[in-house]
Parts: sequence; C-alpha cells; structure tokens
Amino acid sequence: MIRREIFVRYDRCVGCHSCELACAISHTAARDLFGAILGGEKAQKLLWVDQVGPVKAPAVCRHCEDAPCVAVCPTGAMHRREDGLNLVNLPQCIGCWMCALACPFGAVSRGDGKAIKCDRECLDEEGVPACVRACPTGALVFKTVEEFEADRRREGVTSLK
Amino acid sequence: MTKQCKVSLDPAVCEMVEKARSAKVETVWDRYQAMLPQCGFGETGLCCRHCLQGPCRIDPFGGEPKLGICGATADVIVARGLDRAIAAGAASHSGHARHLAHTLKLAAKGKARDYTIKDKAKLRSVAARLGIPTEGRNIAEIALDVAEAALADFHEKDTPVMWAATTVTKKRARLFEEKGLLPKGIDYEVSDIMHRTHYGVDADPVNLLLGGLRCGVADLAGCYMGTDMADILFGTPQPVVTEANMGVLKADAVNVAVHGHNPVLSEVIVAVAKEMEAEAKAAGASGINVVGICCTGNEVLMRHGIPACTHSVSQEMALVTGALDAMVVDYQCIMPSLATVAECMGTKLITTMEIAKIPGAIHIEFSEEKAGEKAREILRLAIETFTRRRGKPVDIPPYKTKVVAGFSVEAIVKALSKLNAEDPLKPLIDQIAAGNIRGVCLFAGCNNVKVPQDQNFTAIARRLLKENVLVLATGCGAGALMRHGFMDPANVGELCGEGLKAVLTAIGEANGLGGPLPPVLHVGSCVDTSRAVALAVAVADRLGVDTDQLPVVASAAEAVAEKAVSIGTYAVALGLPTHVGVMLPVLGGPLVTKVLTDKVKELTGGYFIVDLDPESAAEKLLAAIDERRAALGLSVPGGGRR
Repeated sequence: MIRREIFVRYDRCVGCHSCELACAISHTAARDLFGAILGGEKAQKLLWVDQVGPVKAPAVCRHCEDAPCVAVCPTGAMHRREDGLNLVNLPQCIGCWMCALACPFGAVSRGDGKAIKCDRECLDEEGVPACVRACPTGALVFKTVEEFEADRRREGVTSLK
Repeated sequence: MTKQCKVSLDPAVCEMVEKARSAKVETVWDRYQAMLPQCGFGETGLCCRHCLQGPCRIDPFGGEPKLGICGATADVIVARGLDRAIAAGAASHSGHARHLAHTLKLAAKGKARDYTIKDKAKLRSVAARLGIPTEGRNIAEIALDVAEAALADFHEKDTPVMWAATTVTKKRARLFEEKGLLPKGIDYEVSDIMHRTHYGVDADPVNLLLGGLRCGVADLAGCYMGTDMADILFGTPQPVVTEANMGVLKADAVNVAVHGHNPVLSEVIVAVAKEMEAEAKAAGASGINVVGICCTGNEVLMRHGIPACTHSVSQEMALVTGALDAMVVDYQCIMPSLATVAECMGTKLITTMEIAKIPGAIHIEFSEEKAGEKAREILRLAIETFTRRRGKPVDIPPYKTKVVAGFSVEAIVKALSKLNAEDPLKPLIDQIAAGNIRGVCLFAGCNNVKVPQDQNFTAIARRLLKENVLVLATGCGAGALMRHGFMDPANVGELCGEGLKAVLTAIGEANGLGGPLPPVLHVGSCVDTSRAVALAVAVADRLGVDTDQLPVVASAAEAVAEKAVSIGTYAVALGLPTHVGVMLPVLGGPLVTKVLTDKVKELTGGYFIVDLDPESAAEKLLAAIDERRAALGLSVPGGGRR
C-alpha cells in the first residue's frame, strides 16, 4: 500500500492556526464551522502550532512505523492498525500518559481523561486531511515519502545553480 | 439553448465566464477558488488587528486562547470589528452625499456651470423639512442653505444630525434621543467608532453595539442626504422604460460603461454623450451607447433610462464581451482586477476620483468646475478606442430584459394619487389592511461570490411575490431582479399572487399604462434605500404608528460591502426584521450574535435574520410580516401565527 504522510515545510508556516481550526471542525458532528458553533459543540484539535523565537511550526502525529507510543502502552489501547495508522482504542485507555511521555513530537492530547491523537478521521473526498487542505501557504503537504523526498532532491539541485 | 453555469443564474454571465476561461482571463470566481478555504478566525470575527501586540485570535469553540492579549473577550473583538464595518459603510455613503452637497453649493454659487437645480420642488420640500425658509427667496439662496445644512450635518453642532432627526417618524426620533441613538454628526459618529474601538477603550460588547447602531443611524442620514442632493441636482426619478443585461451593448456603437456610485460625473457624461453623437458617427460608429454598471448605473437608469449592463460580482464580465470601449469609474465596489481584464480586452479603464485610483487605468481627474470638459475628454478617448476596435469581433451575449423603473417615493405617490388624489397613501394602506398586499419587502445590497449570482434574490423574491408581498429593490439587489425579468410588467401574471396582481394592475391602469406596474419596484441605487425608508415613514405617519409596527421587512440576500452592513444596521434601528443571506463575521461572539438576532428587538423592534438558505429565509420573512400584521389586528393568511 502506498501511504501518504503529512509533511511540514517549516519555512512556509506563518502561524495562522488554520490547520488547528480545520482539524477541530472536522472532528465535530456538523463538520462545518458555523454549524458546529450554532450547535454548541465543543471541538477538539489534534495538532498544534507552536512558536519558539521566530520559528513557527505545526506539530502533528507522525504515525511512526515503530511507534514509541504503541510500544509503551500497558493496556494495548494505543495500537497500530493494519493500514499503518497509530490509533487509541478508548475503552482500553486508562489515562496513564505513558504514550504522551514517549511521544517525541508531543502529539498526544488529553480528552475526557483519555489519550487522544490524530486519527485521520478528517479526510475530504480526495483523501486529503483537513489540516493540509486548510493550510493557506502550503506548509503542510500530503505526499508519499518518495514524492516528498524527490521534491527535496530537486530543491537541493536547484540551489546548486 | 440558454447558457447555464454554477457561478451565476444569469445566462449572459455564464457565456462570458466560459469565454474568460478559454481566453485564460482570471475572474472573481477563479480568485475565490484560489482563496479557499477561508480563515475561520476571520469568518467568525475572532481575529483582531487593532493594536501592534496582535494579531490576536480567539478559539471559536471556547477553548484557549479565550482572551486577546489585552484581555478583550470574543464578544468585544467581534463587536469592535462589526462597528468598524458599520463606520466604513457610513463613511462611504456619506462621502458620496458630501460630494453632492459640495456640488450643490458650487451650483448655487454659480461656480459649476454644468450643474443646475433640476428639481426645485424637491429643493423646497427638503428645505421645509429642515426648517429652512423658502417663502420669497430665490432658488440659489435656498440651495445654498440646504447645501450648507448638509455639510453642517457632518460635524457636532447644536442640533443632532438633521438628516436623521427629521427623516424618521416623530416617535422614532424620540426613541433615538432617549436611547442615545441620535447621531451628533455623521463624521462625528464614524470618528467615535474609530475612537471607541481603539486599543483599550470600549470593552463592553453591548455598549459597542449601541455605538454601532447610532453610527448606523448616521448612515441612514448619509444615504438620505445622497438621495436628496441627487434629486435636487439631477431630478427626482419618474417611471422610465429601459433594458438590462449585456445584450444592451451594441457592436457598432461606442460603448461606454459608467460604473461606481456617484451620479455627479455620470450625469454629465450622459448629457455630453448626446452632444457628441456626431463625433462618434464621424468615427464610423452608430452613436454613443452609454450603459450602467452597479449603482452609478442605477442612478442614470432611474433618471434617464440608461440601460443596465450588469451588476456587482459580474462587473468583469462586461469587459470580457470585448465590446466596451471605455469603462468610466467613480468610487465604491470597483474591483481593482478590472484593470487587468480591461487590458486583456482592449478597453480603456478610466478612473476619475482623487480617492480611487487603480494602477493600469487611465486617470482623468474629475472636478465639478470642469465637469463638461472632463466628460468630453473621457468620451473622446472612448471614440478613439472604438476606431481601433471597429470591425473586430466582439461577444455580446444575446440576453436582455425589459425594465420599468424610476419609482421614487414621489413617483409612487403620484401613481397612487390617480386612485385617491386627496389621500394618495390610503389605497396602499387599504390594500395592506385588506390583505391584498400582505406586507412589503425591500431587497438591497450586492451579489456575493459565495452565492451563485442572483440565486438568493430571485428565490426569495419569487416566494414573496406569490405570497402577495409588495417588493421594492435598490442597488445591485435591484440589478439582480431586473436581469431576471422581475421589472417587466409582462411577468406580473407569472410572478405575483392574485392580490398583488390586482393592486399592481389597478395602479397601472389608473395611470394609463394599459397594464400593471412591474412585479418589483426599482427605487434606486444603494443610497436610495433611503427612498424605501421615506415610504415606510410616510405610511407609518399616515397610520399614526411607528416603523417597527409595519409589516415591512428587508433583505440583503447576497451582501458584500460594508455599506450593506451599515444599511442593515439602520434597517434594524428603524425596527425592521432584516435578513442577511451570507454569514456576518459575528458568530464567534455568542452575546453579540444573541443581541443582533434577538435582544436588539427590545430596543428598536428590529433584528437581524441570518439565513443562508433562501427558502427558509423567505419563510422567516413571511413569518415576521405576519407577526406584525397580527399585532396591528390585521388578517393573517392561514388565520393566525404560524
């Protein structure tokens, strides 16, 4: 299976938080900003934009192939699904936060006393995640490793000119 | 087959969109697609850029951050943003009015020979309303006093804004005074909004909204003044027959579009174009064909029957025809993209106002003192452009509709006086009481790229007309309805309910038209929304009630401009249920949303109805009309509250 990942072009992030908002909206029942507000829904974002000095950067679960969060989970709530996504089975989660401790990206969050994280339950009709779709500058891209690295190589070659 | 497309209900626009696409000319719809998705913080009004510590954004779902850096709440940020939109709208309408007041002053002093006082009766009636003596005085003296009274209304003085205090019902003027809603000066209120929304001033969302409401009343004054000044200088509209849509362009004529809002230049262009016919013919043209776009177009349509080319969101499409030799613009709602499209199509885009220049356009600065001279210079440039275009293929979409327009309040009263000379409003009131007219709806505002062009206007108007609601329209709302045949009397049978049909026919026949008035009455440009206010106030006065009791509603079904926000605000201040068919950036402020759509009712009787679905919006407007009918003790279809 060819899997696309969410890559970040850090130099393009302007810190607008559009990805966070789109993520939160995609996880509401209304799946629409105005509808969710009018419906009084509480929305939960599953990625974060942080700023350190002049650097602004979105942090989102990398869905690691050898995931530390999965490895340390004592109950098996955090698991790797067949399609390669790392997900939480909420009934099994005991809220011990070992996954949060282990995640090198800070991509685990607390929701109702249990671990929640990027679940990719946000894809549009073209299979693109809401955060990527919402990014106005192209800082977030959804590509295969091969595609992204090919772009990287081309950028590198261009800089040699 | 009639062309159809997703972006517009207007077949002429659809044809031009297709041409633009194949010619790789970028349009407003392309730029909208490129802009998606739009920022949710902006959409909900939760982005504040009022100070240099920002920008601040509040979480629309109540999470962190809950406060701006200064501590402003979501409601404060939303209310401040809305206030500034109202102030911008008020500044624009009143800027237009002030410009005309200056023209009137120059005309009165004999310093602008291209302008005269065309409607002396209107001048006298405006003077009388303002308490300016008219007996035994010559016209120039009265005109000078009226012009100076207008200019004085912009700043703080001993009296409140006269164009607000004297144009509403006495009850409403008293209410405004008691509730602190009577503006001190038009510029004063705009400036006051800028002050109170500055960093660290007003942090009470309700108090902010009250300031916005007062600025909305100042906007009514600006609109009303704009209408008065234009009528005095250029004549009060009377019924005219003309046509609308791009089919009014003529391949063999020098086609000149006047676009923007202020008739101060376009009036002179219309007059000078007649004088320069011979020059155009000498250049091989069949003549000069002046057409209108947006509200400058509405102004010259109402007074001279100048045909309307297109409106609002489709302004670029007029250029895409390739048939326009010049597009002459003044100010407001002129998309900067016109310069690029004009360049692609070989049209001269001519800017004329000191405050509105566009890189890529030719700037010919207008002045009242040299109006005729400037108009000739502009038209010569158009004729010269025609000589280069002559014989080359153009794409004029073969669509146009008949339009009967020119329904100023004076024209409506005159038409009604044929039914009852002593008490002209009585027939109208009787028909409302009898239920043949269920209520009145005014459509105003723009076409928004977010809505398939004209969809909301036509869908709501179609429903209301069938339910016997008398429909008035101004601005690009009127433009939308006219391009779809809503101003052609021949369509009364198809569009109107039985009661309304009978009333329109009775008035038409009493006036010797041999048929009905058109289904929708065109009352003018966007500043002329004041005419609808004047009619509502006259009816309320005649009945001894206030405007918030009348079965009158308003709808800006496809609003774009901040001017539409300020018009909506004064409609609410006057007590009208006011529909907006696109989302206002207020949803991020729960208290603000509650006040605008509900609580403000307790203060003014009016309120906003925000509904993006035209069918359910029409239902809500009908329900609001019926609620008022019931309160007045009038019959309600179906026998009661629904």
